[in-house]
Amino acid sequence: MLVFTLASVSLLLVIGIGLYYKSIPLLHRLSLTELLTSSIWKPLKGLFGFFPFIMGTLWVTGIAIIIALPLCLFAALYIVEYAPTRVRRILSPFVNLLSGIPPVIFGVWGVLFIIPFIQKYVAPHFVEFSTGYSVLAGGIVLAVMIFPLIVSIISEVLRTIPQELKDASLSLGATKWETIKHVVLRKALPGIIAAAVLAISRAFGETIAVLMVCGNNAVVPHSVFDPGYPLPALIANNYGEMLSIPLYDSALMFAALLLFIIILLFNIISRVILTRLERRLAA
Amino acid sequence: MRRRKIEELFFKLLMVLATIIVSGSFFLIVGTIFFKGVPYMNLDMITKTPGGGFYIGKEGGILNAIIGSFYVAGGATVLGLLISIPVAIFINMYMDGKTFLVGTLRMAFDVLFGIPSIVYGAFGFLIMIYFGIRASLLGGIIAVTLLVIPILVRTLDEVIRTVPLELRDATLSLGSTRWEMAKVVLRQIRPGIFTAILLSFGRAIGDVASVLFTAGFSDNIPTSLHEPAATLPLAIFFQLSSPVEEVQGRGYASALILTIIVLIITVLSEILIKKLSKHKL
Amino acid sequence: MTQTPHISVQNLNVHIGNQHILKDISINIPDKKVISIIGPSGCGKTTLLKSFNRLLDNTPDVKITGKVLVDGDNIYDPNIEVTHIRKKMGLLSQRPYPLPMSIYDNVAYGPRIHGIRKKSELDQLVEEQLKATGLWNEVKDRLNASATRLSIGQQQRLCLARGLAVGPEIILGDESTSALDPVSTSIIEDLFISLKEKYTIVLVTHILRQARRVSDYIIFVYMGKIIEFGPTEEVLLNPKQELTQEYVKGYIS
Repeated sequence: MLVFTLASVSLLLVIGIGLYYKSIPLLHRLSLTELLTSSIWKPLKGLFGFFPFIMGTLWVTGIAIIIALPLCLFAALYIVEYAPTRVRRILSPFVNLLSGIPPVIFGVWGVLFIIPFIQKYVAPHFVEFSTGYSVLAGGIVLAVMIFPLIVSIISEVLRTIPQELKDASLSLGATKWETIKHVVLRKALPGIIAAAVLAISRAFGETIAVLMVCGNNAVVPHSVFDPGYPLPALIANNYGEMLSIPLYDSALMFAALLLFIIILLFNIISRVILTRLERRLAA
Repeated sequence: MRRRKIEELFFKLLMVLATIIVSGSFFLIVGTIFFKGVPYMNLDMITKTPGGGFYIGKEGGILNAIIGSFYVAGGATVLGLLISIPVAIFINMYMDGKTFLVGTLRMAFDVLFGIPSIVYGAFGFLIMIYFGIRASLLGGIIAVTLLVIPILVRTLDEVIRTVPLELRDATLSLGSTRWEMAKVVLRQIRPGIFTAILLSFGRAIGDVASVLFTAGFSDNIPTSLHEPAATLPLAIFFQLSSPVEEVQGRGYASALILTIIVLIITVLSEILIKKLSKHKL
Repeated sequence: MTQTPHISVQNLNVHIGNQHILKDISINIPDKKVISIIGPSGCGKTTLLKSFNRLLDNTPDVKITGKVLVDGDNIYDPNIEVTHIRKKMGLLSQRPYPLPMSIYDNVAYGPRIHGIRKKSELDQLVEEQLKATGLWNEVKDRLNASATRLSIGQQQRLCLARGLAVGPEIILGDESTSALDPVSTSIIEDLFISLKEKYTIVLVTHILRQARRVSDYIIFVYMGKIIEFGPTEEVLLNPKQELTQEYVKGYIS
């Protein structure tokens, strides 16, 4: 039993080390700065600039969080603070069910609904032409995928705020909304940040749904209607060529390593915030 | 005062709108899949394997993918359980007093839980290369097991923690060993174990990135661990990439099939969770 | 009592879920006096208090019938603005709940909500109320520090200052000294005695000694009904009802 436990936990280390080990050939060839800042991606020539992919990931995740965080914050506020019990009981399951839908289904939905929507109704107001396959599409699909995560964490945090604190504000003649604005949100802020950080880390790693709608063009996006090519999509799309082109496998493993490290960091930060919150409440 | 009331009304409207969007998106997604998929649904889809040229429009179904997915998800869940149950028991029952260590362990599993499936896929691929395994059912199972272990450990851990401490300790005071106590606890949390199985199965069956490199793909139902296995998500993906409209349509139907399977699993697990919390008193 | 009562309760009935918590309560609270509500735990004292500032509205499954008149207006009239009622009353709860902001902002919170924006006005209000509760000298150099850094006794006085800053007429205290040490408790008790010149004060307490020290009148509540109401000395030393006798027996002997 002890062995299993230690083995499982060391999985973290093993994955990190394994990926690093496989990336070493690449790191010997090109410097870290060049890898991270160059935009030239010509595997056949041995040139691997990850910048477009890093930017693609940032754009898609950024759009997702900008859409999802306010929406989920307001939804969570409504569900916890205002909704009558009956309504709450009906609504909550549907947010949870969303988290059970496989990513590939989100991708299909993205292709069926979001792409035409962007192409026909949104883009024409802003740009001359767009296929619809864009970082915006990726961001929207990603946003819906992280709805359940953000809503559930923020709801949890809101529920821990003592009614007496809200009563104190109400007794001074504040309205419910003013109480939320000045007291509840201030108290919930660390939790909201933790939820955002966790959601970002989840969004960074989402592969298939984004892959299907973001255009997979290895350029740095300059507008939301431009296509993008996030890191996970890079790995997923090219694993076939991995072994045939020299250093390609190292490059993809390096991409995986990048993802792994960033997500690890974000995860740990968010968990630390949440645990500190828990402890402060128990005290 | 009027201004304050108007402000509250305004934000209340915003909140309701947000709630409708967030909870309604479920219907939007399932609805879209449903509408686009139903026209292409027929019995062939779930009973036949792809005939030649399936992806360019000929006969067949996706039975290979359905069964392949069940094999991979099933295999991974079983293997995952074998590893996770001991781990969950160990954390909860053999490590009393060392709260810092337990806390760190739990945090480690939480972090593992957050690692995206593509990393597990890539790592599984590395393992396969190291051991000389080709893209096959076995490869897929290995990668998905890695993905599923944190889910299982987390769920089992939470379930074990709901067993009151007194019950866990009571048997000890009667002179039984820790292991016998563990057996008692396990029996107690049986519905919880089912929930964990369902949750991990549901996750495993719908995931793409972990099986992408590792399970391969085939038009046939795998008969041994070393044969490549088709999986539903990949089948959907390939069908959608086809230029033939009919095949794309079949992709929607396949997506519908996967959605229905996963929804059944999710609803079952929600019911089980509710049943669990009833007993918790 | 010849003057108009400040609060007049008429046939108040409160149900929470299936339980009938307050049974047909009718009482008149006199103006600018300290009134203590005493009684065994769970008899409805806090519920009665919360019905005065309509905080009871937020309890799940609550049903309230009857009238509560403050200065002649029924506060349960559907047309009335709840926040106006609450502004008339300041509530001090059992444990201090400072708002998550600085000492200054805590006291300024109420006035700001009600429209006072000018810094000079706020400064004056904050100083005034902090002086009234005896906190000024202790905190005047760190008004911007977080309110949670204060000791519990100071926090409770801060909550009192915060409540006074909105200019209420009535102060409600729900066992407001039960979390405090003896020194802080007697400071607060003294404050109540001095504040009754300007405010009507209704306190819930289970400390009979405190009730005797501080209040002019006592209401004895038992199982949701008012058993006895009268001047302090009378109720404590010479109660008319048998139930009251039983309850205060411990105190007299």
